[in-house]
Parts: sequence; structure tokens; C-alpha cells
Amino acid sequence: MNPGGHQTSASEPAPTRVRLRLTVNGEPREVLVPVHRSLLEVLREDLDLVGTKHGCELGECGTCTVLVDGAPVLSCLMLPVEVEGRAVTTVEGLAEGGRLHPLQQAFAELGAAQCGYCTPGVLLTAKALLDTTPAPSRQDVKEALAGNLCRCTGYTKILDAVELAALRMGGRR
Amino acid sequence: MSADRTSPGPGPAGPVSRAPAGKPDFAVIGRPLPKIDAWGKVTGETRYADDLVLPRMAYGRLLRSPHPHARIVRIDTAAARALPGVYAVLTGQDLPRVKFGILPVSQDEEALCTEKVRMVGDAVAAVAAVDEETADRACRLIDVEYEPLPALMSIEQSLAHPEVRIHEYGDGPNVHKNVSLQFGDVEAAFAQADLVREDVFFYEGNTHLPMEQHAAVAQWGFDGRLTLWSSTQTPHYVHRLLAKILDVPAAHVRVVAAPVGGGFGGKLDPFAHEIAACALSRLTGRPVKIALTREEVFYVHRGRHPVLMWLKTGFTRDGRITGSHIRTWLDGGAYGSYGVASTFYTGVINPVTYQIPVYKFEGARIFTNKPPCGPKRGHGTPQPRFALEVQIDKAAEQLGLDPGDMRRRILCEPFTKTANHLTVTTIGLGECIDRVVEASGWRAKWAGWRRSRAPGRGARRRGIGIACSAYMTGAGTAIYWNSMPHSGVVLRADRSGGVTVLCGATDIGQGSDSILAYLPAEVLGIEPKDVHVHPADTALTPVDLGSYSSRVTLMCGMAAIQAARRLRGVMATAVGRKLEVEPGRLVFRDRKVGVPDDWDRAVPFAQAVELAEAMHGVLAFPGSYAPPRRAGKYKGGGVGPSPCYSYSACVVELTVDEETGEVALHDVWVAHDIGRALNPLLVEGQVEGSIYMGIGEALMEGQVFRKGLHKQPSMLDYKSPTTLETPEIHTILVETDDPEGPFGAKEAGQGPLLPVIPAIANAIYDAVGVRVDELPIGPEKILEGLELARRGKPARVGPARIPLFTFKEPLVVESAFGQPADAIALRPFSDPEDAS
Repeated sequence: MNPGGHQTSASEPAPTRVRLRLTVNGEPREVLVPVHRSLLEVLREDLDLVGTKHGCELGECGTCTVLVDGAPVLSCLMLPVEVEGRAVTTVEGLAEGGRLHPLQQAFAELGAAQCGYCTPGVLLTAKALLDTTPAPSRQDVKEALAGNLCRCTGYTKILDAVELAALRMGGRR
Repeated sequence: MSADRTSPGPGPAGPVSRAPAGKPDFAVIGRPLPKIDAWGKVTGETRYADDLVLPRMAYGRLLRSPHPHARIVRIDTAAARALPGVYAVLTGQDLPRVKFGILPVSQDEEALCTEKVRMVGDAVAAVAAVDEETADRACRLIDVEYEPLPALMSIEQSLAHPEVRIHEYGDGPNVHKNVSLQFGDVEAAFAQADLVREDVFFYEGNTHLPMEQHAAVAQWGFDGRLTLWSSTQTPHYVHRLLAKILDVPAAHVRVVAAPVGGGFGGKLDPFAHEIAACALSRLTGRPVKIALTREEVFYVHRGRHPVLMWLKTGFTRDGRITGSHIRTWLDGGAYGSYGVASTFYTGVINPVTYQIPVYKFEGARIFTNKPPCGPKRGHGTPQPRFALEVQIDKAAEQLGLDPGDMRRRILCEPFTKTANHLTVTTIGLGECIDRVVEASGWRAKWAGWRRSRAPGRGARRRGIGIACSAYMTGAGTAIYWNSMPHSGVVLRADRSGGVTVLCGATDIGQGSDSILAYLPAEVLGIEPKDVHVHPADTALTPVDLGSYSSRVTLMCGMAAIQAARRLRGVMATAVGRKLEVEPGRLVFRDRKVGVPDDWDRAVPFAQAVELAEAMHGVLAFPGSYAPPRRAGKYKGGGVGPSPCYSYSACVVELTVDEETGEVALHDVWVAHDIGRALNPLLVEGQVEGSIYMGIGEALMEGQVFRKGLHKQPSMLDYKSPTTLETPEIHTILVETDDPEGPFGAKEAGQGPLLPVIPAIANAIYDAVGVRVDELPIGPEKILEGLELARRGKPARVGPARIPLFTFKEPLVVESAFGQPADAIALRPFSDPEDAS
């Protein structure tokens, strides 16, 4: 939580910093961060990728979900040493070449984002599902998203949107 | 007429005509369009309050009380101040000594407590530092000496210990509010009844649990002007109160509501972190951000009141209600908040659903040493609705009536007044009942009161239940007394052909920004994309009171329509001159203005703007809305009136496992009288979200305290439904075209929650014959009921008694039941053509 790059205090031992190299949304990035800083904080505060949200910072709500090497993880529970050299995808990396990912398109069209706060985490969890299971059943979608809390939608339109995106991406059951 | 949209559309569809015969088709209204902010939300571009970062910004934290009730003896901040990286430390002594509260009658809060703390989580000090870690460390270095006081953790404890006073004001020791209203002679009504039921219910409190934790960024400039960006549902009230609390001219304060990541009523009060961020910014000369942790969100709360209820109702043999008497005791928590309004709402809305010729309501709100309760989705009405609908179910059984048919026969008459002088306009509830009965297959599935319970597999029993409800579309009176508009819009037309709408409304996910684009687009014949909406900024936007009481679509919608019509009138005159036709013959559609049978000569909208601007000058038009003034002429009559009421009917089908007590929901059908679905996609979303939240309240969500501590201030321990607990939801929209609403629309954001909870309770009874009169209905309560049944006792689980408590002498007012509604009078600020 140190966007200004201030000096650490004299009385406290300086937190050990590590040089972290990783790929974020396809771009190589390198940052110097305290060793105990979570991936969530690195993304939001060191890399200015504030599209990733937080709901508890305790690994309970799924809001901060990002993909690491394609798999959904809770970024609030991940430390820099765990992501060294790995590829991270955030909501900012979903659209490619100015074109929305079909999940984003479907979420917008079907009203699957109300307040929108859980949406980035839900989108990434859903992307990981569709990457491995192109034609999921509704129950598959429910199980994949069971760790992403949403208080607005009753999940109905989220499930509908994931199904619509799967259909448009050519998934056939 | 009605629109059935049980299946989701595949995306933006073409114009769908939903207009009654003889009325024009709509171009925008009724289309399942994406929300105008949908693209920002699916790409991560939307900036919520905690996403704002300003140069030189400091990070703040609050130190909160670990005691539920204690006197503050001493606060020593020296060590915290000395910590490198700390910019400022603040206690209540550094702030103006004013108490505040959202309601003028309950000014009982301090941002940072000075004399005593009244709950775990009360803030006592604030720190601004170079980063959050340093601020946290500094908080731990603040030495606070407390003298613990006895903690009162329940209604019973607070009433039993008048010698321990949580506050020094109110209607008695630890009694915040005591109200009693009587409309007609209820005792006489009970004497005429064939069946009189008395039942006691308890509704445990629960919390909003928005996914976004509250956050605020304050910047007190060296020019002496303050800007606060905050996740608030009511920038206007925060603006007013900040000026008072910080003792600065309101003219020098600007409050901007960032897009809110979920509200549900939890972001409707001014909060300590907002005030502390402002004060710390003044002290440090830096912008200051304070973002709450999830645990803190549980403490700031303002959620659903726990309510104990006693309900006495007389019924005739055919199920008509002869009279109703309800007593409610609310566990208010440590502060007033919206509690006086909440207290009234536990009584005043019940009569707008069924015919209740005489009515008596007694309510009391009790202070306890718990986080303060306030408005949560449905504000004070889900509790009595649960009680009333379960009691009706019990009466239907005793009378041998189908519970759906019984309700269908006793509905209020449209355009009449209730016993307590509320005016109801359109009522689509009859159609709602018909539609859910039909869609759910009720007639085939409900086996009658002599349940020949279809044996499930093993110990699993299937059940089906029904309930109904009503809710207000906007409070008829503001929180502070005034005669000004409740919502205002300034609409400006640009030479580009675009239109800009400025309005104080706050989008908390319900889609108010989109409504502010759709309605002017409809009036002006342009696309929603042509409308730029700038919301919720007290320096730029006319006041809208806030996102509460389901008021926003109706009130900002009416204001937006008025402003757009005023622009259209000027443009029509200018185009009429150009085309040499009567302005009244011109239509606005497809981004053109012209005469339908001479459409080739129609003027493009952008050119029409230029003609109008050349004729009129700058094209900026205000729109104002205030509700019709029809509060009952008695003290307390200001709570309950609304321009119109929405109605909902719900059927739930579920399975109860008799071995484990677990409930599995299969399907929920809700038919909702929306007046008109301005965008059916958004209305469905509101209905689905309401149903989901009702399910959580019915089956699992509850605030539990042990030894003065919140037992589960985390998202893991506080259970809420996931995708796996949420059943298939079937939404049916019923349209009644209400004369009070924008293009006939009523509310959708709160009402559909209400019938879900009693429908679940009634379905559980249908499944296993156990009445659980206490929420949430956890498995242990069902098992307790089954055990009672096995021992040959009544299978009823719930509160057995009510507190010893003396309500006020009732204010006795003549019942207005059945009187015709006053004519739809011209509203304040309305134009003559608005009536058309």
C-alpha cells in the first residue's frame, strides 16, 4: 500500500523486498515489492491494475480471483514468491485486440453485472472453466462459480451469460 | 397486460411492443438493453471508491473499541504520533463536539467516541500514515483506557436493566422509540370474527454483505474546500451532514458518490471513516483514503433489525380479515440510524396488500450494545410480512381454504385508501397470484391441508408454499422536512446531437444511470448511447435524495421525463418553424424530428438541436419531482405513503430431509407487478437478486453475538447462499401501467424479496408439518420441530412469549379503509402536459 514509493521507517526493520518478474496480461513486468505483499496488492498498487477487486482479503469471497498460468487463484492469498516467472491474467487482459472476450460480451448483454464488483473475479473463474470445459452443463458452471460470492444477481444471469458465451465460443455438448 | 420473460433473451432484441392498445409503441422502453455502464463493469474500467489514488495520498485507519459498552477514561496517542511514517492522529477531542445521525430526531452518533463506546467496533481514534501498514501499527500504539460497563445484548436485557442506560434520550430507559397507532376498533372486529389467531414470531437480524467494503477518499484543498469521494448511496445527506459535523459551510463541501459495489441499504448513513478521512485530510494537507476491512463492515452494519412480533388477526369463515393488531419489538443496536423509520415500517405497510378494515400497530425500538441496525432491502417490512403471511397460512389451514385462493379473494381494491390512510393505486397482485399458481403447477402439486405427503426418497419430503407482499415505490416524505423536489435533473442538449443528463441519483448496481439514459432517449427519439449521464456529484448535479426506499427509478425517472419534454417542446417549436408545420404534429424518433406522413423532410436530431439553440439560446432544462402530498393527517402519517406500491406473489418448491433437517430449494416462482418494465432485463435482475437475498435470510443469514462479540464477522462464518444453494428462479413480470410512475413503472428492487421468506416457511410446513416461526430456519430448528411431533406435541418452533412492555396510549384515528383514492392530483412541480 505504498504507491508513492516512500522510505520505510527507521525504527522498524525495513521489510525484505524481492524483485518479482512475471508476465501480466501477456506483458513482462518487473517490480520490487515487500516479500509479504499479496498478489492482489501487487496488481492493484504496484501495477495499477485496479480492475481486480477485493471483498475480504482472507480468501473467503472469490472477488479477487485472477488466473495464474490459466488457473483461477485468489490473489489475496498469493505471495510474490509464488508467482515469480508465471503468467497472470486479470480482467484487463480478457479483451484482446480491442475485442471483448465472449464472456464479457455475454455478461454485458444479459445484465450479469449489476454493481459489477464481483464481476472481474467471476469472469476469470468462468474463463478458466470454459478453457478446460468448452461445453459445461449448468451444474458444471454452478460448481465452478461456487467460490465467487455475488450479492446482487442471485447468480441467475451470471449462469445464463456463461452458458451463452460457451455457446458462442462453439462449445457443443 | 403482462410480459412473461421466464427465459433470458439471447441479447439485445429489437423493439418489443408492450403498450396497451391505442398507445404509441415505445422505441426504448421495454427493450432488454445492456446497462449503459455494463461495458465498464465487464472490463474492469469502473472506478469504485477504493480504486481512486491521488498524488501524495495518505492512508487512514480507525481504532475501534473492543468493548461492547465502556466508558473511555483516557486516550494516549503519543506513541502513535511518534511512529515514523505517521502524519496525523485524531481523537474525538479534535473534532467539533456535535452529535449527528441520519434522522433529525436521532442525533446520537460521534465519528470518534469521546465519552463512551456503545458497541464493539465503535471508532475512538483515527490515523493517517504513509501506508496502511504504518497506520495499522500506529493504531496498535494508541493506548485507550476503558472502564467496562454492563453490556445489554438483547431486547429482554435492555428492558430488564433500565439502570444501565445506553443513551440518555428516547422514549424511556433504553427505549429509542415507542409508537402506537389505532385505526378503528380492533376489539370489535375480533368479536365479529369466526377465527381469531394470536401468533408470536421472531426474525433474527442479518446484514447487507455488499461485496465492496466501504471506502472513502477525502481531499481538503488549501483553498479551504473539501471533496469526498465515497461508496455512499446518499451523497446529498452525506453532504448536509458533513457540513454540520465538520462545522464548515456546505457550499464548500463536494460529495461525489463513486459507483457503489453493492449497497442494499448498508451505505445510507454518514460513517466515521468518511468523517475521519475529511478531518485527517485537513490536518495533513494530503488526500486521505480510508477503506474498511470486511470485519469493520460487519460493525458499521445498519442492517436488518431483529424483530419480535405478536400478531392478532380476526378471520371470517371464508378467509376475510376483520381486523389486525400487530406489536413489534425491534432490537435497534447501539445507535438510532434510520431506526425510527424502521419502527414505523414494521407496522404501516402491511395494510396495502389485503383488505384490513381496522388496524392497530404498536412498535418499540430498543437500544442494545450491538452494531446499529437500519435499512436493509425491504426496510422494516420483511419481518412483519413473514409473520403475516405465515399466520394467514395457519388460518387457511384452520378454515380449510386453499392459501392461494384465500389470498386472491381478500386483496385490496385498486384506487382506495387503507385503514391507516395510505392511498393505493394500481394492484396487479391478483394476476401475480394467478401467474405463479399456473407457472408452478400449484393446483397439481399442493395436496391440500390433509397432506398426503408424497413420500420422497428416504427421509426427503417435498413441499410447496405460497405468499404475497407489497412494497412502496419511494417514500412520500424526505428524511428532513422540506418542500423541495425529491429528485432533480438538468438536461442539456449538445450541438453534436448528444444529450447530457445531470442527476444526483446514485447507481448502486440497480441501473439508475441507465434509466436516466433510457427515459430521455425515449422522449427525444434518440438512442440511450446518445445520452451522457453524470450522476451523484453534489457540486454538479441537482439533488436526488438517495438510493433508498425504491424511489430512484420513479423519482429521477419522472424528473428526467419532465426535463426531456421541456427540451422537446422547444425543439418542436424550432423545427415547426423550419418545416412550417404545427409543433404538435412533430414526432421524435430514429434520431429525427418530423411529421410522420412527410418523414422525408424530417430534420436530423443534431440539426434540430441547432435550430432550437439558435431560437432559444443554450438548451438546458430542469426537471423536478416530488411525490403527491397525501400523507394521513395524523402524527406518524408521513411514514408509509408512496406514489404507488408494487406487488409480488411467490411460490416455492423444496425438499426437507427429515434426517438432517436440511432444506433443498428446487424452484422459486415470483410474479411481480412492476407497473411497466422499463427494461425487463434490469427488472428481472432485481427480482432474481431479491429472491436470492430472501433465501439467505430465510435459511441461513443471521447476526449472532456471544459475550458481547459478533460471532461471525467474516464472509466464511457469516453464511450466504452460493450458486449451489440458489435454486432455479422463474420471474414473471406483470404490468399495470400505474399513473404515478414514469411510463407506468413501479419499483422492483426490494418488494420481490418479501414473499420469498414466508413462502419458504410455508413450504417447509407443507413438506414436514413443522412450523418454524423464527428466522433463519436452520436445520436444527426443523429437527426440533420433528422431535416435538414425534413426542406428540405441537410441531412449532419459535418464541414462546413477548416482553413485559407498556406501549404508549394509542393515537386513535378513524379508519379510512375502502375510501376512494383522492383524484390523481397535479404533483408539485409538474407541468400540465405531464398529466397526459
